[in-house]
Amino acid sequence: MLTIHNLHAGIEGKEILNGINLEIKPGEVHAIMGPNGSGKSTLASVLAGRKDFEVTEGSVEFFGKDLLGMPPEKRAGEGLFLAFQYPVEIPGLSTTNFIKTAVNEIRKYRGEEPMDALAFLKLMKEQMAMMDIDQSLLSRSLNEGFSGGEKKRNEIFQMAMLKPKLAILDETDSGLDIDAIRIVANGVNKLRSKDNAVLVVTHYQRLLDYIIPDFVHVLYNGRIVRSGSKKLALELEEKGYDFIKNEIDVSEEVNQ
Amino acid sequence: MNEISTIEKTVLSEYKYGFVSDIEADEAPKGLNEDTVRFISAKKNEPQWMLEWRLKAYRHWSRLAGEEPKWPNVKYPPINYQDIIYYSAPKQKVDLNSLDEMDPELRRTFEKLGISLNEQKRLTGVAVDAVIDSVSIGTTFKVQLAELGVIFCSMSEAIQEHPELVKQYLGTVVPITDNYFASLNSAVFSDGSFCYIPKGVRCPMELSTYFRINAENTGQFERTLIVAEEGSYVSYLEGCTAPMRDENQLHAAVVELVALDRAEIKYSTVQNWYPGDKEGKGGIYNFVTKRGICRGESSKISWTQVETGSAITWKYPSVILKGDNSVGEFYSVAVTNNHQQADTGTKMMHLGKNTKSRIVSKGISAGVSNNSYRGLVHVSKKANNARNFSQCDSLLLGDKCGAHTFPYIEVKNNSAIVEHEATTSKIGEDQIFYCNQRGIDTETAVALVVNGFAREVMNQLPMEFAIEAQKLLAISLEGSVG
Repeated sequence: MLTIHNLHAGIEGKEILNGINLEIKPGEVHAIMGPNGSGKSTLASVLAGRKDFEVTEGSVEFFGKDLLGMPPEKRAGEGLFLAFQYPVEIPGLSTTNFIKTAVNEIRKYRGEEPMDALAFLKLMKEQMAMMDIDQSLLSRSLNEGFSGGEKKRNEIFQMAMLKPKLAILDETDSGLDIDAIRIVANGVNKLRSKDNAVLVVTHYQRLLDYIIPDFVHVLYNGRIVRSGSKKLALELEEKGYDFIKNEIDVSEEVNQ
Repeated sequence: MNEISTIEKTVLSEYKYGFVSDIEADEAPKGLNEDTVRFISAKKNEPQWMLEWRLKAYRHWSRLAGEEPKWPNVKYPPINYQDIIYYSAPKQKVDLNSLDEMDPELRRTFEKLGISLNEQKRLTGVAVDAVIDSVSIGTTFKVQLAELGVIFCSMSEAIQEHPELVKQYLGTVVPITDNYFASLNSAVFSDGSFCYIPKGVRCPMELSTYFRINAENTGQFERTLIVAEEGSYVSYLEGCTAPMRDENQLHAAVVELVALDRAEIKYSTVQNWYPGDKEGKGGIYNFVTKRGICRGESSKISWTQVETGSAITWKYPSVILKGDNSVGEFYSVAVTNNHQQADTGTKMMHLGKNTKSRIVSKGISAGVSNNSYRGLVHVSKKANNARNFSQCDSLLLGDKCGAHTFPYIEVKNNSAIVEHEATTSKIGEDQIFYCNQRGIDTETAVALVVNGFAREVMNQLPMEFAIEAQKLLAISLEGSVG
């Protein structure tokens, strides 16, 4: 569903992504790991279409369509979802109202009728039960005064409501204790199917104990320097990122 | 429930009330002198005392010799007061027996505005007084209201039918010498609404007035007076629109509210006068004096305003808290876009003991507009235990607009507690991106953020007007981000 080819991108003239290649197929879970500053979050942002980043080279196809040519709202309409590392607060806008607007805007993009209030309420109730989310959270202003855990759960709840084809989880585990990680991961696992895919962006391996990836990629200096199975994540956990860094830096020196 | 899709539908539309109706008008000659005042008074067949009152106001105004208030944070070229028509009335039969006899063109005008003057409106529980240019052209539900003793009619009619009440209250809250525009209004006001709620009556429906400027080169000067007797309650709403014209038109209204013991008046405004075009050409100068007095103990006056229109807005709906334990409230959303300028806020004058006031002001600026909050909290010597809370928030869209806050606090009694909070924020790129990522386009995202910002005030509006007001916010900010 997603094909990233030789993707270069940066911010204010500084190149951060240095030629990324990645192929994601329906039903797969991919994990992108890497040390701080390796470009993990940049990759997530570029895929979602954040304006701050400039793509200088390469292409991204999403179900055969040119993803990079679309504004972010169309990417969402096509089924791409980003669970934010730092979900944004909108004071005075109820979470329910926000989600309802999102659901109906995406339906509109797909040429479907807006969901009526009753159907929407029913869907909300189902997903609330599944995601173990409390009604009171949804009537509060979007993310305002939410704890770290509540914000991340709210992201996954939105994912459940929007049913994306590709969900990108950007450091969803950051700032969460182990119980919160488990809840969030359970939510993601419940949404997995053979038709959708998940791209987990994370610094630590621990989230991958709960969301088991089919592939693990290590990002370093804006490039995928290693790909492997779940084992690679465990290896990283054990040895730290330094062993990868040393390996790469040495080989780059040799090449120069 | 579907407010968002409505916003979205309307977000792309231009100022939709900008049409001109072809209605024959009966006008005064251009310019202002004593004869103009006499002309207006004679047209309305007014008693001598009313004419004297107007002339007194006129003489005071002419002694001011063009000294308009200089302190507001707004700029405009000098107004030529001799180039304005001070009286314009749609020509139609006098003494309408029912609204069915109304000029069909007039009726169509109000239908275009989405205001039905038919009695079917009863279902929605709103009684309407419609004022076009200078005169009231019809009031609905008069009979039903009269059964409860509620008087709801045009000011002209009140002067004829209830002179004792008008004499007793007119000018008691906003004296004819109050300020330049109030004096002008007192001299030439042509109509407006009058409401009287008798003792102990809770007015069963919303009373509302729609003001419409139609004729060219006219000023609109309406005068509204609401009196709530002991233990009564009334909720009143005014809405305003005007055609799109290249010239600026002057609107200088005066509104006076009187609340006696334990009475409550809730006054809401959705002001959508033509704001001028994107280059700042045309639009209404909205120079309005609104003031209420909580004369009785434990009385309450609450102003709610949603200001999206006008080229320039100059207005400070105020409350004089004279009665002990009385309460004053001011909830405001003021939006300025393109070249609009607003200097608006309130005055809370604490005179009685244990009086409370609450001010919530939300300013939204976009384009190259300027939006100022100006508020006074005054606590007099005898006002023991006065309490005020003020909150002034500004939201900026883009980086060419301005938001300003001018709070004035005068406290002469040590037991007072006065709190003021102010914030300024910019609509964030990250907020817009977050919405975009959920499939919401930028226009709708702005509407969501802005309506969220204004929610506390919107919640104060009667339900159906709240939805109308939300749509208005979205329309006025159309194209301001992007």
